[in-house]
Amino acid sequence: MTGNEYAFVVLAVVGTVAAIRLVTAANVVHAALYLVITLSMVAAAYLLLAAEFIAWVQILIYVGAIVILFLFGLMLTKAPIGREVLDNQSRGVAVVVAVAILAGLVFLIQDAYAWDAAKIDPVPTSAAAVGQSIFSTYVLPFEVVSFLLLAALIGAIVLSRKDDQT
Amino acid sequence: MIRLPLVLFFSAVLFSAGVYGVLARRNAVLVLMSIELMLNAVTLNLIAFSQMLGDLAGQVFGLFVIAVAAAEVGIGLAIVILIYRNRETINVDEVNLLKW
Repeated sequence: MTGNEYAFVVLAVVGTVAAIRLVTAANVVHAALYLVITLSMVAAAYLLLAAEFIAWVQILIYVGAIVILFLFGLMLTKAPIGREVLDNQSRGVAVVVAVAILAGLVFLIQDAYAWDAAKIDPVPTSAAAVGQSIFSTYVLPFEVVSFLLLAALIGAIVLSRKDDQT
Repeated sequence: MIRLPLVLFFSAVLFSAGVYGVLARRNAVLVLMSIELMLNAVTLNLIAFSQMLGDLAGQVFGLFVIAVAAAEVGIGLAIVILIYRNRETINVDEVNLLKW
């Protein structure tokens, strides 16, 4: 195990604990704060994988914008406190399904990649290279995403507008 | 140097936690948060494979996943707030107008 791997294990453990606390939290605001921890740990994982541009995008968009949106959503809707009212009756089934999916994924991963065979040698990728790739090879998907964001913007405005004048 | 299965295991755990959250939570905002967890697991896989193969496509599409997630949260929260305004609740169990 190299130093990078120890660092990754530490942040993976922190992220896992925060993710599990997120889905079991009794208070919705605490859940949002656990979401911040998990997203930051994923951003740190991107940094360890030497993908710095997407790490900062993760911090800016997820931690900066999406979590704030969630907090606004929690502020505008009244949420009760306590796991019994936040969870539904099928918690046992949900645990079984989640553990089954995890077991299946772990089996498939260790089946496909031997522990010592597949290694990532992170070569730092600059924001310039990513940008050049977006605007040359992937310019059509980029335009589609732009159009999707525009549609989402208009949709959110239309949905949340009070239409009392009609 | 990082072993690939290590990254994949982490993202599998995140994905499973998200699945549990979507299935077990009743509050619509918490369901949306769990969906974000699953999207993050997918993006982490994209970045890991992109760095392993030395191909930028994974990172570009990781960025696209993040953009789509932002749009999804915006629309999702608008719908949730609309439901709350009309029905005074965001329990997904009680929003069953379209249910058979």
